[in-house]
Amino acid sequence: MSEHELRVSKIRDGTVIDHVEGGQALNVLAILGIDGSEGLGVSVGMNVPSDRLGRKDLVKVEGRELSQSEVDVLSLIAPEATINIVREFEVVEKNRVTRPDSVVGVLSCPNRNCITNAEEPVETRFEVIADGVRCDYCSTVLRSDIAEHIDV
Amino acid sequence: MRQDHLITATQLSRDDIEAVLDRAREVAADPGAYAGRHAGTMLALCFFEPSTRTRMSFDAAAQRLGIDTIDMGDVDSSSVSKGESLADTVRVIEGYADSIVLRHPSEGAATLAAEFVDVPVINAGDGAGQHPSQTLLDLHTIRENHGLDDLTVGIMGDLKYGRTVHSLATALTNFDARQHFISPESLRLPRSVRFDLHETGAQVREHDDLEAVLPELDVLYVTRIQKERFPDENEYHRVAGQYRIDADTLEAAPDDLTVMHPLPRVDEIAPDVDDTDHARYFEQAHNGIPVRMALLDTLLENAEAAEGLEVDR
Repeated sequence: MSEHELRVSKIRDGTVIDHVEGGQALNVLAILGIDGSEGLGVSVGMNVPSDRLGRKDLVKVEGRELSQSEVDVLSLIAPEATINIVREFEVVEKNRVTRPDSVVGVLSCPNRNCITNAEEPVETRFEVIADGVRCDYCSTVLRSDIAEHIDV
Repeated sequence: MRQDHLITATQLSRDDIEAVLDRAREVAADPGAYAGRHAGTMLALCFFEPSTRTRMSFDAAAQRLGIDTIDMGDVDSSSVSKGESLADTVRVIEGYADSIVLRHPSEGAATLAAEFVDVPVINAGDGAGQHPSQTLLDLHTIRENHGLDDLTVGIMGDLKYGRTVHSLATALTNFDARQHFISPESLRLPRSVRFDLHETGAQVREHDDLEAVLPELDVLYVTRIQKERFPDENEYHRVAGQYRIDADTLEAAPDDLTVMHPLPRVDEIAPDVDDTDHARYFEQAHNGIPVRMALLDTLLENAEAAEGLEVDR
């Protein structure tokens, strides 16, 4: 993308999450638990042109460097995402998201009769399998509709 | 079995299963040798759903080992009706007992309970999830009648919500067993169980009716199709009628076919089957005692060993 097409300004220090599938930016923020209340500068670009994805979303979080374990969970909804760590306007680190072994406290179980949907003091926990995730409690398998079950 | 909980059949290896069944055989041969083996310990029976035979069978098995039992009673009369969480309930009961048998209407309840307590937890049925102690007695019955190798098993009825089916199908993947699943389309195996079967490389062969596979079977495991699974009562009667067996149905079966059922049955097995040599469901129910004695003995032994290790450290 050339400079004059940039719709979101550069950040000084923080994290840029790029190459997010179009339409998933708000889910990315939800998963990361960023809702603006922590006072971080957050910029969101949605459905911007992308060579690789056609349309993509991107999220810039100012003043916070996200760790690899924090962003890996994004692989479930944005497998192509790249994570850029920025210091003094320069990208100092560029990483891809990798699939974690498990996802804790991010998704709600689609099985209404799962014990995690009762009033119990537990976080949901899903094992990441080849083509989706699986509830550690009731074994329900969730494949294509993961973003619909984000509950953070 | 190294662990001290029994939560799902997926945790059971062939060695685990055979170790419990070997012990069950010893118990059945000489119950007196096991009498009082765990005297001075306490088992809590926590049934959040009605149960007659599972509850009584665990109670009897425990008492034969010298274990005292305490029963939570009906949910209506307990603090659960006041809105207490399962996590709190089991943490309180852990202080009263050395092991817990849990039945609960929600899937995953036993997994959750085991995370909150240190005493052994046995899943005696979690919603439409699993019922692994039933599976151990089912396997014991199959083993005593046919052995567990080169086996062809037909499982018929409500395969979607039937927790005994889910545990049995998963456990059978440890053995050289061909499985046929016979049910109406709407009650086929759920995705979670298919996943486990595919993971082990097992083939899922599904059939709409029993007729074609019956002559091949060593074991026919029948389960009840419940009325509440159908939106319409006429539809229930039409469908359920196709999955009933009687002595005439079994004319086409091999002479040594074993017919099993986790019980209670309603009318899916006609009473005239009881008089045939195929009927093994009462024997199966009776096997609940030696198998649950063997299971409790194994889990308590494991728990004691684990405690010993902690002390040594």
